[in-house]
Amino acid sequence: MVVKVYGPDYACPKRVILCLIEKEIDYETVDVDLLKGEHLSPQAMILKLCAESRAIIRYYAEKYRSQGSELLGKTIEERGLIEQWLDVEAHNFQPPLYDLVYQLLINPKTGVASDPKRIQEDEEKLAKTLDVYEKRLSVSKYLASDTFSLADLSHIPFSNYLVTTLKKGYLIRDRKNVSRWWDDISSRPSWKKVLELHPPVF
Amino acid sequence: MTIKVHGSVFSTATLRVRVCLTEKSLDYEFIPVDLRSGHHKLDSFLSLNPFGQIPAFQDGDLNLFESRAITRYIAHSYAGKGIPLVSSAVEDVWAEVEAQRYEPPAAKLTWELGIKPMLGMATDDDVVKAQEAELAKVLDVYEARLAHSKYLGGEAFSLADLHHLPTLKYLMASPVKAVFDARPHVAAWVADIMARPSWQKVLAEY
Repeated sequence: MVVKVYGPDYACPKRVILCLIEKEIDYETVDVDLLKGEHLSPQAMILKLCAESRAIIRYYAEKYRSQGSELLGKTIEERGLIEQWLDVEAHNFQPPLYDLVYQLLINPKTGVASDPKRIQEDEEKLAKTLDVYEKRLSVSKYLASDTFSLADLSHIPFSNYLVTTLKKGYLIRDRKNVSRWWDDISSRPSWKKVLELHPPVF
Repeated sequence: MTIKVHGSVFSTATLRVRVCLTEKSLDYEFIPVDLRSGHHKLDSFLSLNPFGQIPAFQDGDLNLFESRAITRYIAHSYAGKGIPLVSSAVEDVWAEVEAQRYEPPAAKLTWELGIKPMLGMATDDDVVKAQEAELAKVLDVYEARLAHSKYLGGEAFSLADLHHLPTLKYLMASPVKAVFDARPHVAAWVADIMARPSWQKVLAEY
């Protein structure tokens, strides 16, 4: 039975698809329209599509350890660091970025006014997190170690909004090491394939 | 001692790591971090956790932060010792649910009803009301799940259950207890996991 991924237009499902491509796992997609979803608000729809995407990528990275890119490190210690930066992404990176996507890209589509104060706070939180990344990436090629891992992969789909429709690429470009890291991870063939097969809809 | 936990006695994230180590029958050195004097903002601590948050964890040369990454590391690294805690796929899903859905309202309620009173600060009743409503929605999902499953991830206790213990410590000692008690399967599960000897041991330690 082939893996089915719902809502490939959106960032969280892209996180899963990216992992599947890195691990050379076949998959199918089922289109979901965020704005016309099942009597649920766009916010509820996004939460539904985002549900536990990191658990899903952990599962596939573990189950298909022997094929594709190694995303979980070579040692238990490296794995510990990967889990750490995956949690950092979940707690310190995605929340403010997710809110920015919501405020600046989704609200306009549903006629809801955006909150400039919140946008400013989101940007400040994200900047603080990226300052920590800048320091980390000055001593490490990727977040957990010198090898690309699930922790780096998890950042790619939402970060793409920063350099495209959110027009906040300066948050990345103003930081030399973050910029170098972003260029590296976003030029992986797997991400290029995701963008080609499932272009973002906003 | 090779394992060190830097944190505070009252911190839920620190408790999360401590109860995991105890379930695994692992000895560790507990190093208090004095938050009130800003110890966690000093360079010496930032070198352990650049986000300036507790806990920070050391096992020999390995240095980790983020409590749930630490518990996962402990489960893998000490797989042969104590209770088995390496998560299955389903258990991992429920660990994500705890982190992404349960923790936000639980942490805010813990702050308002558990920590603020200890610090002599006033509880914000509007926040409590709103977060209780959020928590209730999550616990409705738990109630349905636990009607078919002894623990969140299946028939065995796992990290998915363990990760709840620290916030439960505060919430079950507050008026929010009623939200849990109103759901019989949730209430039974809470009573079961809080009665675990490892949790009792951690609570008795300080």
